[in-house]
Order: sequence, then structure tokens, then C-alpha cells
Amino acid sequence: MPEANTDIIRLNGAEKHFGAVRALNGVDFHVVSGECVGLVGHNGAGKSTLMHMVAGTLRPDGGEIAVRGNAEIDYSVARALKLGIRCVFQELSLCPNLSIAENTRISHPALTGLGWRRKAANLIAAKLDEIFPDHGISADDIAGDLSIGRRQMVEVARAFTVTGDPLDLVILDEPTSSLDAHTAGQLLAFVRRFVAGGGSCILISHVLGEVLQNADRIVVMRDGKVVATDAAKAFDRDRLVATMGGAEAREKIAAEIAAARPAAGPLRVRARPERQQDGKELVAHAGEIIGLAGLAGHGQTDLLLAIFKAAQRARTGIEVTAPVALVAGDRQSDGIFPQWSIAENIGIRSLARLRKGLLISPRREAELAEFWKQKIGIRTPDMTNNIFSLSGGNQQKALFARALGSDAEIVLMDDPMRGVDIGTKLEVYDLVREEAAKGRTFLWYTTETEELDNCDHIHVFKNGRIVANLTRDELTEEKIIQSSFGDAA
Amino acid sequence: MTAIAPGTTPSSSPRSSAARARLLRSLLPALSLALVLLAIAWLNPRAISYFGFSLMLNLAIPIALATIAQMFVIAGNELDLSIGTFVGFVGCVTATWLKDAPLLGVVVLLGSIGVYALLGALIHLRNLPSIVVTLGMSFVWQGLAILVLPKPGGKAPDWLLGLMAFKPPFIPFPIIAALVIAAVVHFGLMRTSYGVILRGSGGNPAALRRAGWSLLRTKIVLFALTGLFGVLSGMALIGITTSADANIGNGYTLLAIAGVILGGGEFVGGRVSPIGAVLGALTLALAASPLLTFMHIPPDWQVAANGAILIIVLAARVLISRRER
Repeated sequence: MPEANTDIIRLNGAEKHFGAVRALNGVDFHVVSGECVGLVGHNGAGKSTLMHMVAGTLRPDGGEIAVRGNAEIDYSVARALKLGIRCVFQELSLCPNLSIAENTRISHPALTGLGWRRKAANLIAAKLDEIFPDHGISADDIAGDLSIGRRQMVEVARAFTVTGDPLDLVILDEPTSSLDAHTAGQLLAFVRRFVAGGGSCILISHVLGEVLQNADRIVVMRDGKVVATDAAKAFDRDRLVATMGGAEAREKIAAEIAAARPAAGPLRVRARPERQQDGKELVAHAGEIIGLAGLAGHGQTDLLLAIFKAAQRARTGIEVTAPVALVAGDRQSDGIFPQWSIAENIGIRSLARLRKGLLISPRREAELAEFWKQKIGIRTPDMTNNIFSLSGGNQQKALFARALGSDAEIVLMDDPMRGVDIGTKLEVYDLVREEAAKGRTFLWYTTETEELDNCDHIHVFKNGRIVANLTRDELTEEKIIQSSFGDAA
Repeated sequence: MTAIAPGTTPSSSPRSSAARARLLRSLLPALSLALVLLAIAWLNPRAISYFGFSLMLNLAIPIALATIAQMFVIAGNELDLSIGTFVGFVGCVTATWLKDAPLLGVVVLLGSIGVYALLGALIHLRNLPSIVVTLGMSFVWQGLAILVLPKPGGKAPDWLLGLMAFKPPFIPFPIIAALVIAAVVHFGLMRTSYGVILRGSGGNPAALRRAGWSLLRTKIVLFALTGLFGVLSGMALIGITTSADANIGNGYTLLAIAGVILGGGEFVGGRVSPIGAVLGALTLALAASPLLTFMHIPPDWQVAANGAILIIVLAARVLISRRER
């Protein structure tokens, strides 16, 4: 066990209440210098609350915080930054109206005076080059113009830039959720280098493999408490899942899918990507789950959107025979109506059915919402609460309910499960397969290879084209990576 | 494996098209100004002269200053519905106290900037909608203006009259003033390191707070700047009209908002452009009466025609920003 004086930060008996909800219930947590701590747990287990405390954005209701052995009475973000503690939050925290260099300036009070722009631009460009070689981002790009993956890359790189304040501990909250496998690998390799150089890291991820491979020590949280702390070597996937509580093993999925293989129904979608030059096309029948794989941003989302538009107005090259619903990937900007309640957010895709005369019937809307609350387990006391009262995973469930509760026979999923905990994921996978068995068609773009296990056919995309078409039996991670990076081998 | 044809990566093309749309949008204020100028030149070529511009852009300086004032609150995702009556109040103070008792006048004007700063603090601390607060304040400023100057009258201080009547060689004064205003505010808001923080407070306030910046301070600074430019606008207006009236600035509220939006600004998200705002103000000043007079539109219809021009230009802007998405 490490000595107390090498602690970067130590929390003793940290507590936090939000109204009647106990988010943290007496948590002891510490990080020593030169280690990478993995933090895992379901959504709502208290990880984010704990990290907000470490970063100084939330004040504990009880307990003590000590940094390098000194008790901190008036701990705040500014204080944490002074002490070299930074956080990359799960919600993207770049200003979309500012350039990358200007966003860098925001986290560095020391970047002032003449020539600050050039300094900021050089600082962030150098760090991006170091972490993500060939990132293709310019310091003059406006943050809002970048894809979600690139924004995440900038945000991570920004957290590792140093000017006036020291840099000892970086909290990475789901840093890879919007990155493809290639850039995620680059990031994790950098984290290892950073830790080897004496820095410390807290890595929160729902991709358990990432945590197991990259953390030195793993802390498991459940229901606002730390339930296990041990060296990463002492854990394997099954023990982690078992400690986190609940989720069944993955083999079960594979078995279930194999058992419930439906016969191909009538044609639902036939689509050719715009840039496709050979004869490959995407064909989906009723009851099929079709996966769209490949590196992030290689035309998968564009094709989904093209299919979505084709359902309203005919387009050449795309044939759609049934109503379509889309589950957005960037749920904050494309999915959620922030001012609305959970029930309203679910009902918006089904307004025609909820109508009574000229008006929306509140009763029918509530019934629809209540049905889906039970069906996919949205955890809230009241569906008329604002959508933001839900945790991230439950917000995503509400968006699924919006699509599945509608009359859509074709559901397009634009990498909707990023940043969602494994328990929620497994519930949604079950639901998707159940609905597919009833004859719905799913087109599922995902950056997580594991999710492709649920699909009947997988199309791998590169540069806006389909480069490979695999059935589930042929599916391996190597094949996908090979196709996504494939040159004319 | 299939052969991969060389080409741009797909992820870069939406980004460059977004950049193109943004460039188009930033050019729109200049284009609409050019269009209005062309129309004027076509209708009345003699207007395009030193004297013509001095006359046509006579009121452009106070409008540009009021637009810049409005732009600062909009940069912080707020709206100031009181800027028009505030300009009127400043005008009344300028035409009375600032001439007769300069010390008192200066104290009152500085105090009114302080009031703006306090409003910013109030709006932030109590989480009030700025529309409500400033709508209320618009009646307060109007009432104060009537108290200061119950009947139209007063007289501008001589130094102010002298300044506004300045006739530089070759280039009309309003154009020089517009250039100076645009350059100064552009540098302050778009190029300085604290300007980034001010704009960031409109773009993503939560991110700013997490980075350790005080949102209370950014809001106070933005509102104080609005007050400052409102004071400058009121003084410039009285320097031109030489005497004041409590209702003199009432039309400026909507003119200023329209100028910001015409200049490429957006109501939320911290996207504003000082140069665009000044261009927008110039366009509005020209379209407001010179253009319509040259088109032989009777004064009765000018306000409506003005509105029509606004709708056309703003619609063009919306179409361009839609392409950006």
C-alpha cells in the first residue's frame, strides 16, 4: 500500500445528497502519483459525482478532501487547477463558437498578453500531434464545425497542455466514447506514457477491456459506495461485471441471437452510399439487424441520414418501404428537447397517434410514456420530470422509447450507446432483438465491435463507401480493422 | 479487399462546407450593404459623394454604437430591450446636466453604466430572464428621461457639437467613425484573451465555470460594456441633433437588435461579429430613409418598407445558416 505522502488526492467519507437521493454514501478514495486508477460502475453508481468532487466542481456534504496530505477546506475548481488536478468531463465542454486555440485559452489563465493566440495555437497543436498523430485538426478550426470524435480529441489534448499550473492528475470520464478504435488506442497509449512519466490518471470507461488493460488499480462503485478496490491484475472481465452487479455475461447474448434467428421478411431498405462506385449496397429485410461498422465518420451517419430523408421524399439509389425513426448519436444536440419532460420527449415521434381532435391528449401521452417506462425501465419517479433529471443512460433509453414507441418499422441507430453503462446496454440489446423478432428492421451504426455481435449482417465503411459485407459468423475484430484500414492488399 | 480510390476523407468535407457557409454568412452584411449602396447609386448617382455620405450616414454613428451595445449583451445570450430608452435618457442628460453642470452629468452617466453592471449581476445571481428585467428598465429609463427633460429642448455641449461636426478631408466623418468603432470593438472582443472568455460565456457557460472563470464577472462586464456604448450612442446622437427629447431613442431598441442579427450575430451561442454589427447598422441607417426617399416611397410607407427590407435580408441569412447545418 502506498504511503500517505505520495497521495495526489485523498477523500475520506465523502457524502453527497441531491434532495432525497444519496449520490455518494461515505466514499473513501485516493490516487497516488504515477498510477492510473480505473473507476467502473453502472450509470448512477456515483462515479461522476465522485469525480466532480475531485475536480472541485461539486462540494461534498460530508467528509474530507486532502491534496498531497494537506487538508483542503475551501476546495474549488480554481484550487484544483492550481494544484494540478484537471478533468475531461463526459459532456463535451468546448465552446462551439470559439476556435480550438481560443478554447485552449479558456483553460489557461496564463495565456494572455501579446501573441497569446500564437502561443495557444502552438500549445494545442503540439499536444494533438503528440497524442493523435495525423489528427487533421487545425488550431483555427471552429469547435462547432468538428465532428463529435474530433471535439473529444481536442478536449483530451487540451487537458494535457501545460502553461502556468502544474499537471499531476487528469480525470478522463469516458474519454473514448466518441472515438473509433484507432484513435482510442492512440489515446490509451498516451495515457500509459503519461503515467509512466510520473503523472496520475483516473480512467472512467464502460468499455471494461480498456480499464482492465490500462489501469494499475481498479475501483468499483455501486449505489454510491466503493464496493471493491484491487490491483487491475486481480480482476478479469467476469469478476468486474459480477462486482458491478447485475449484468449477465456476454456469451448469453450470442446464444440467444443464434436461437432466435428469424426468417428474412419482405424488403425494407435498399441503399447505395453516394460515393459507392462498385455494386455493393445495403439491403435490409424485415426482422433483420444490420450493422454499420468501420472507423468513426466514414460515411455511416451520412447513409443513415440519407435513408431517413428518403423515407420522406424519394431519392435515387435509396429504396425505403416503411416508416423510419432515428435514434441520434449526439443526444444532447440531436436527440433531446432540453426544455421538455420525459413524456413529451418520448411522445414527439408519435404525435399523430396521441392526438385527440386538434390537440395532444395528455392522457394518451402519459400512457405511452408509462408503458415505455415499465418496458425498458426508465429510472425516474415521474415521467413529467424534465428530461435532464435523468442520468445519461436513462436519457438514451427515453430516446429509444421515442423510436420504438412510434409506428416506425425501420429504426436507424447512429451509434446511440456511446457513454452508456453496460447494464443499460444489455437491456437495450435485448429490446432490439425482441423488436427485430417481431419484424422491425434495425440499421445500427456502432463504433463498438462488441455491439456488432447483435447484428445479422455487418457492412464495413471506409471513405463513404461500403468496403466489406460480413455475416455474423464471419465477424471478427481483425476483419473489421483490416477492412477499415484496408489498402489494396 | 477493394481498391481505394484516392480522394478526400469524408470527414473533412462537411467541415469545409461548414466553413464555406460561415464565410458566406460573414460576407452577407458586407453584401447587403453593397446592395443598398448600389441601389442608391443607381437611383441617385449624386448621393455617392462626400457630402451625400455625410448626409445619408448622419445618424449612422449613434445607431452603430447602440448596435454594438446590444451586441455585447447578445454575446452573453441575453437581450437588452431597454437600450432605446436608455439612449434617450443619456441624450436628455447630455443636453442638460452635461452642459450646465458637467461634473454632475459625468457622475450621472458613469452611474448609469454602474446600473447596467448591477443589472448584469442581478440577472446572473437571481437567474432572471434578461428580457423581463430590461423591459422593466426601459420604462424606468423613459421615466427618468422625462423627469430630466419634460419638454423637448436642451442643448448639446459645445465640445460635443464640435466633435460631431468634424469634417475630415476626403472621407466623410461617419465612415471614419464606423471604421474606428468596428476596429476597436473587434480587437477588444475578438482578439484579446479576455474577449475570448466573454464570448465563451455565451457559447458554453458550464464549460467556462468548470475552467474556473467567474460567470458573474463576465456578465457584469458585458452589461457594463452595453451601458458604456449606450452612453456613447446617446451622446453621439445629441451631438448630431443638438437638442434632446425624452423619446428620441425609442426606435433604437429594435434597430440595434436587427443590426446585430443582420451583422451575422445569433441570439444564443455567443456568435457575434462587431464588424458585421457595424455594417448591419450602416445598412439599416441607409435603408431606413435615404434609399426609400430616393425610391419615392412616401414617408407614411417608409416604416413598413423598412420592415420589408429587414425581412428580406434576415431571410437570406436564415437560408444560409440552414445550409450550414
